[in-house]
Amino acid sequence: MTSISRQTGLKPWLRLVGGGHRAVFPRALGNVLLVPLAGIAVFLLLWALAAPRIHTSLGAFPGPLDVWGQGAALLEEHAAERREEQAFYERQRARNAERQAMDPSYQPRLFPYTGSPTFIDQILTSLMTVTAGFVLASLLAIPLGILIGLSRTLYRAFNPVIQLLKPVSPLAWLPLVTMVVSAVYVSQDPLVPKSFITSMVTVMLCCLWPTVINTAVGVAGVDADLNNVSRVLRLGWTTHVRTIVLPSAMPMMFAGLRTSLGIAWMVLIAAEMLAQSPGLGKFVWDQFQNGSSDSLSRIMVAVITIGAIGFLLDRLMLAAQSLASWDKSTDLR
Amino acid sequence: MSNYLDISKVSIDFPTPQGPFRALDGLSLRIRKGEFVSLIGHSGCGKSTVLNIIAGLLRASEGGVALDGKEVNEPGPDRAVVFQNHSLLPWLTAFENVQLAVRQVFRGRMSRAEMRDWVEHNLKLVHMAHAMHKRPDELSGGMKQRVGIARALAMRPKVLLMDEPFGALDALTRAHMQDSLMEIQRDLNNTVVMITHDVDEAVLLSDRIVMMTNGPAATIGEVLDIDLPRPRNRVTLAENSAYNHFRQQVLRFLYEKQRKVVEMAREPDDAGASGAASRGGVAGLVHRLGRRA
Ligand SMILES: Nc1ncnc2c1ncn2[C@@H]1O[C@H](COP(=O)(O)OP(=O)(O)OP(=O)(O)O)[C@@H](O)[C@H]1O
Ligand SMILES: [Mg+2]
Repeated sequence: MTSISRQTGLKPWLRLVGGGHRAVFPRALGNVLLVPLAGIAVFLLLWALAAPRIHTSLGAFPGPLDVWGQGAALLEEHAAERREEQAFYERQRARNAERQAMDPSYQPRLFPYTGSPTFIDQILTSLMTVTAGFVLASLLAIPLGILIGLSRTLYRAFNPVIQLLKPVSPLAWLPLVTMVVSAVYVSQDPLVPKSFITSMVTVMLCCLWPTVINTAVGVAGVDADLNNVSRVLRLGWTTHVRTIVLPSAMPMMFAGLRTSLGIAWMVLIAAEMLAQSPGLGKFVWDQFQNGSSDSLSRIMVAVITIGAIGFLLDRLMLAAQSLASWDKSTDLR
Repeated sequence: MSNYLDISKVSIDFPTPQGPFRALDGLSLRIRKGEFVSLIGHSGCGKSTVLNIIAGLLRASEGGVALDGKEVNEPGPDRAVVFQNHSLLPWLTAFENVQLAVRQVFRGRMSRAEMRDWVEHNLKLVHMAHAMHKRPDELSGGMKQRVGIARALAMRPKVLLMDEPFGALDALTRAHMQDSLMEIQRDLNNTVVMITHDVDEAVLLSDRIVMMTNGPAATIGEVLDIDLPRPRNRVTLAENSAYNHFRQQVLRFLYEKQRKVVEMAREPDDAGASGAASRGGVAGLVHRLGRRA
């Protein structure tokens, strides 16, 4: 009796750390924690061994320790910049208070701080751009996917165009997008900078397709019996789409969205680099142009950050995917 | 009321790469209100096709169907269908599945509370009140089929069409479901057309058994009136001579008059292997006997 209850008490915990039913606890722990850690350790070791042997015009390729040091330095620079900013505003406020005391009719003005963006600022800019591009792409792609999934004729009409545009690299789009945005987006006091629009549109154009195609496939693959149920009930078009088509296409749609977000993130870095628009891509490019002895380490910090954010975005979409999936038996990974 | 549901001279051709394939040829059948009719016949003879034509999901190439004096030319909730594999929406609970149908059919005629009561009433009728708020993947095969039946009944259809409703269930569950169905039928006295492969099921449930000839160009072979008194009980019927006589007649039709050619060779990955050869041998024999008869 006690052994059973102990077993059932342990089971969820074991499953949580990924062990099988019969795995003894230390082994489960090993599979989940130790093995990946060992993998990372081996990678770091190989990196540390190889790096000093690669000589560049800026010195040897940075090893893990150099990169760690530069990572810390970048964070410190960010903190310093924030302190500077705060100090700047405090000085202004003090001065304004002083002048108001002397002259009550004085209207106080606060000048914005114009420091150069730090590494963290660039990360936030990139995240904002990728979110905007991805949301815009999804807003276009999902309805388009539903339409061409529902209608064989529309599918035949759109498919060649989609297949043609799908493999186009962001680098090919970028000059066109830049020119069009410059021509169309003219404003004295723009709400958002032109470079932001350019990157966003480029990201959108590149990450549209997986969502369109997957949504269409999901919509077209609605079970014939469910379609018959809908016909027998004489569901109207909107009810049919809402209650039958969308839910059954949901898993495919989210698989598409996940691929799209991955592409969006990859495209964004390239676009920022090429278009000189603020973000992580520009950070990498600036460091490359800068060519100081720290540059390579700093670029490596950016590379690792880009990877980590890409990974987190993917996990986020995976979580959304399993939330949206009605078929809990499928193993998403 | 002698021809509530009137199927007259229905033929259907399916387009195939080898030209049109005539699945049904001049099939006529009249069904009274409140009658329970079973369609029985070998696999592939066209039973589902008949049911789908009545449902309006398929259009007959010739002839037509009229229900309660009106021509049938599109699907509608007055001809509710219980599909072989339940076809519940997997993302909705049992309750919501029935509710979808009720909302659609009684919109504007029932208040929200009335609809909820009606959904619950129908789920109780099929003994599913305890699992109303479970999703299909949390239900057993029999329970899913019960919900499918509740959904169809909740539409208050003029005809209930059932395509092998218990075909995928084990023998014990199947017997339970048949008893439930008889119970419901005693109270509601629906007009039912049910497809089955099971001779006992057909005799136990039906007022009339319609036996179909083998395809292509299938039609009605024989019609058997089952005038056994109701309520019927499967245990006592087992010793009833009339019951056994009916069973025997259906069996004779299926296995002597319409002996089925077991078409092993048509199955795609049956080409090689000695197993196919030996089975082909039996099938071949049956085939030859069938041709001679
Ligand atoms: N859409 C279609 N296109 C071409 N042929 C079809 C189509 N639907 C059915 N058929 C053919 O019509 C015949 C009757 O099919 P149907 O599904 O009605 O048989 P059934 O009696 O219901 O068989 P089962 O008992 O196995 O369900 C079969 O030979 C089948 O191949
Ligand atoms: Mg069938």
